[in-house]
Amino acid sequence: MFDAQKANFTLRAERKQAGTWRAGLAQYRMQLATPLVLVSVIALWALLVTWQGYPPFILPSPALVWQKFLLMAADGSLLLHIGVTLLEILLGLFIGLSTAFALGYLLGRHHTLERIASPYIVASQSIPIVAIAPLIVIWMGSGLASKVAVTALITFFPTLVATIVGIRSVDPDLHDLMRSLRASRWQLFWKLELPAALPIIFGGLKLSATLSVVGAVVGELMGANAGLGYLVNLGRGLLDTPMMFVAILLLVVIAQALHFVVATLEARLLHWQRV
Amino acid sequence: MTTPSQTPVFVVEGVAKGFTDGYRPIQALRPISFELYAGEIVCLVGPSGSGKSTLLRIMGGLIPPDAGAMWFEGRPHNAPNTAIGFVFQKTNLMPWRTILQNVLLPIEIQQGKVSPVQRERAEAMLATMGLKDFEHAYPRQLSGGMNQRVVLARTLLQQPRLLLMDEPFGQLDALTRERLNLELLRLQAAEGVTILMVTHSITEAVLLSDRVFVLSERPGRLIAQTPVPLPRPRDLTLISTPDFGAIATQVRSLIGETG
Repeated sequence: MFDAQKANFTLRAERKQAGTWRAGLAQYRMQLATPLVLVSVIALWALLVTWQGYPPFILPSPALVWQKFLLMAADGSLLLHIGVTLLEILLGLFIGLSTAFALGYLLGRHHTLERIASPYIVASQSIPIVAIAPLIVIWMGSGLASKVAVTALITFFPTLVATIVGIRSVDPDLHDLMRSLRASRWQLFWKLELPAALPIIFGGLKLSATLSVVGAVVGELMGANAGLGYLVNLGRGLLDTPMMFVAILLLVVIAQALHFVVATLEARLLHWQRV
Repeated sequence: MTTPSQTPVFVVEGVAKGFTDGYRPIQALRPISFELYAGEIVCLVGPSGSGKSTLLRIMGGLIPPDAGAMWFEGRPHNAPNTAIGFVFQKTNLMPWRTILQNVLLPIEIQQGKVSPVQRERAEAMLATMGLKDFEHAYPRQLSGGMNQRVVLARTLLQQPRLLLMDEPFGQLDALTRERLNLELLRLQAAEGVTILMVTHSITEAVLLSDRVFVLSERPGRLIAQTPVPLPRPRDLTLISTPDFGAIATQVRSLIGETG
């Protein structure tokens, strides 16, 4: 009597396979489309510079930016600046995300605590980070610490909210199941709460990953002597627009890389959502 | 008919429960007392809101009663016990675990890891449930009836001595429901587990039960323990017999009296 269901299941699998083939083709086209857009944008940019004859300090040509990039890369200074910004981002993410997880878990589990804390969390979030950043630099100096603090602060909120919502969305029936199985606190966390909340937490993580770049740059703009944000500031002072372009484009690359890491992690951990 | 042994497996004595809905207290369950005997199936019927689910959750140790006491296998009972299996109204599988991983969850929790022997037992259990080819599928890929069978497999694999079922087949279509009823009868006969099941279906209650408990409108009160002296093994043809009809009518009128 289960044959029909089995057949149905196989049918679905087959249809899925046909679907994967077509999806593969579509994905192939997509993979072609993204670089194509990039190439056309660069081409348009080059044409614009040639046609309008902008001076380099207004809009440098792509070739000029590329030359500047090679020049900066050659003497090793660029690598240093990238390293400094990356370090700020990674440390800031580590601190921001770990506090967000811990506090989010606590607030997600205890409604009264969450009710008490939520107005303050919302209020703190309504202050723009650029307004607090100078204050943080005054308190923590213009070194690494202040940038890490700004990055941590800006990455904290999206993951905090996602964690609270994620933990609270855990199916109460599954909670009952775990209780009836006499699961320990630890098992409850690892086998139920974490996997159940993960899809929502990842939404916050993606936002935090992208914002971390903003945090590091804002911190550096407030006063620094190294980093890609510092280069932007330096380029502005020297009217070295190609340098600003190099720094900005590298920031874009870092943001993309971070997003890619989170998206890959998500695809691996949440593959059950797409079966 | 299975003859219930004379020592009760589970004793409920004077158990009562109330809730507050914010302003005023609501009595969900008036003091209730009964006994369950080894190897019997008892169905609990009654109007909505008569506290059936509350009673089951209290018996499962998930919520404490306001008053009264319970004994499981002669010992005082007031917390979840792994010898008591629970099948909830809603299919409670973890969507991120495969069918096999879901079935093995209780073993993982109680023993930390799963031995090859236990894995084989789980696979065999799934096979008897007609789920052999779905071990590595995820719950969302299966129908409601199949998922409820997975829940049943997961629960039975723990070899519970008492099975508490809260409208386990309530969300299934009539055909699937009948089929699972028969499967439950077959498994119960094989494993000898004691079952207390909440149901809204009088037919289901009479088909499965040795006794049918009737609860009154809220606050719930046990108004009857109707014996069902029909022969076993039972199948669906039983439903059209006059004896079955008579018992079903009796149960229905008992529920009717409460309203």
